[in-house]
Amino acid sequence: MSINKRVLFACGTGIATSTVVSNAVVEAMKERGINIDARQCKATEVRSELNGMDLIVSTTQLPADLPVPSMVTLAFLTGMGKAEALDKIEAALRG
Amino acid sequence: MAEALFNHIDPGAVVLGVEKETSEDVIRLLADKLKADGYVKDSFADAVVKREASMPTGLPLGRDVNVAVPHTDPEHVIKPGIALATLKKPVTFANMEDPDEAVPVGVVFLMALNDKDRQIEMLQKIMETIQSEEAIAGLMRAVSVDEVAAVLK
Repeated sequence: MSINKRVLFACGTGIATSTVVSNAVVEAMKERGINIDARQCKATEVRSELNGMDLIVSTTQLPADLPVPSMVTLAFLTGMGKAEALDKIEAALRG
Repeated sequence: MAEALFNHIDPGAVVLGVEKETSEDVIRLLADKLKADGYVKDSFADAVVKREASMPTGLPLGRDVNVAVPHTDPEHVIKPGIALATLKKPVTFANMEDPDEAVPVGVVFLMALNDKDRQIEMLQKIMETIQSEEAIAGLMRAVSVDEVAAVLK
């Protein structure tokens, strides 16, 4: 039985690296039984996009003190630490 | 079969063995070429440089040669494409993840993007290339656009 979660993917422009990360994470989580409703935005605009989000995944620094769990990772761009990053995302979404 | 990354590259904006002092010099060199070939507007170079200062794009790869992927908002772009520079000696970009950290960069992909849904494949191809130590080494060795095309086929 799969679960549904909403994830906000952020990067500097909201159209470049967050697109790559979003695709990679959505595909990988589908295999782990988590359906992600993905949104994208600029890192500077996350506060206004937080409504209903379960997690924020960003490639660049996020504002401090966000009320939603968040992580900053380059793993889906550089390939380094990808498995660990996916485990962390799964844990955060199932937590 | 997926399209080769080279098909997204502006052959007139491939510069090999660049000798520049700063990341801004490299960005402006490539942006001028994209502009000359009709990919971007006059405002593109300044917009990329400005964005790089607040939202840097250096990607540390844990190898000898790191990469940067400077880009900016779609309103400065006319049509999507990529400019490529290999650097004779590295220039410093800031780390995308941590702007206080310096990353010595040897390969720069300057990206003109204006539609995330249509450019997902191009973006994924760039990241695949970055993740391949062999491809990056091949780019660093390339002395002609044909050799770049062979690496990015």
